Amino acid sequence: MSKSPSLFLSTFKRDLTLAFRHKGEMMNPLIFFLIAVSLIPLGVGPEKALLMQIAPGILWVMALLATLLSLDNLFRSDFDDGTLEQLLISPHPLYWSVMAKVLAYWLATGLPLVLLSPLLGVMLSLPSTAFIALCLSLLLGTAAMSLIGAVGAALTVGLRKGGLLISLIVMPLFVPILIFGASAVQAAARGEVFDVQLAVLGAVLALALMLAPVATAGALRVSVNG
Amino acid sequence: MITLPSKPALIELQNFACERDERLLFSGLNVSFGEGQVVQILGPNGSGKTSLLRILAGISQDYQGTILWRGQPRSAVAWEYANELLYLGHQPGIKKALTPLENLRWYAAMQGDSRDFLLLQALAEVNLAGYEDTPCYYLSAGQLRRVALARLIFSRASVWILDEPFTALDKKGVAQLEARLAGHAARGGLVLVTSHQDIGVANLQLLDLQGFPADSGLGAANE
Repeated sequence: MSKSPSLFLSTFKRDLTLAFRHKGEMMNPLIFFLIAVSLIPLGVGPEKALLMQIAPGILWVMALLATLLSLDNLFRSDFDDGTLEQLLISPHPLYWSVMAKVLAYWLATGLPLVLLSPLLGVMLSLPSTAFIALCLSLLLGTAAMSLIGAVGAALTVGLRKGGLLISLIVMPLFVPILIFGASAVQAAARGEVFDVQLAVLGAVLALALMLAPVATAGALRVSVNG
Repeated sequence: MITLPSKPALIELQNFACERDERLLFSGLNVSFGEGQVVQILGPNGSGKTSLLRILAGISQDYQGTILWRGQPRSAVAWEYANELLYLGHQPGIKKALTPLENLRWYAAMQGDSRDFLLLQALAEVNLAGYEDTPCYYLSAGQLRRVALARLIFSRASVWILDEPFTALDKKGVAQLEARLAGHAARGGLVLVTSHQDIGVANLQLLDLQGFPADSGLGAANE
């Protein structure tokens, strides 16, 4: 057990290195987020009042879809090149290996979304009072979505075409995150307090931190076994 | 195979059967593997060689029967077992975007070791000196296999489970690997290996899965 931290760090470092060597894959969700959000003013017209009203929802929905877009890659390459089975049979607890992978994945895809979001908020004339709520809610939300999405990715990694199935599996679990996340930004845009919504998102994240890696580990064992 | 009563066999399979996609691959397998053995598992394509190795590696659970590790049920000593095991499958387990050294570092971390000079030495021993920092994309299939085989050199595992390790290796590489397998057995290790070619190792033991046909021990295996 004392050896676990070294594998955790090593897996984390390895996955970050891989993410930066596959820059195209890493940029995909970001570019999707950027394009999709910037198309909205073109589609619905540049009226400030209207944009302001739909901005929280748009930003959150697009962030969710961008996350969904990249989830399939989480375990795919590990499965194909055989490193996943090596991870499964190592004497280290799979919980921490999964955690390391999800953390690296979130740093490479979730965090850039969070950092990009204020810029797109400006594009949708989101009131400046809502920027903090937007960043904080996305910070908690993308982390929770990465953890929950990992379960779906693990369940479908053994299938040839898991892309659509993964959306069906994780979408219902993403819905509460979307509702509370968008509602936090809306409240902040109206100048109201939004700590209740953030607290709920935090609770979801805490629950996901505990349970999702366990479920992911179990799902990986099933997928690799088949 | 003879095992001394004082020292239990490393791995013992009792009444072992494997079914895959509703087809019984082998059954009634009672065999024990001890220290210092190199065992080549034989059988035609689809006879369950890979399935057997994946079960022994702990990846697959599709089996009936008992697996004993040093005389104890494997499920009770899963951690000790995993610690003593090195498995090399069909997929070499090498990340192509990483360099050979980075790949090996990850495996070294798995056994709690992080001394680079050992890994460089291992790469030199598989004739990959000078390729440490070349991304594995640029390596040939045989060189990729060598990167994976470099794990054998710094591994502390006592049981090596190798699925077709000779694939894509050149003649010199095959000879080196044979010598390495023999050396591991001489140090008291156990090697389970599948290959369709003859392996030039003295005291090689053969286990032919065809000798355990699907219809012979069926009733017992289903207990």
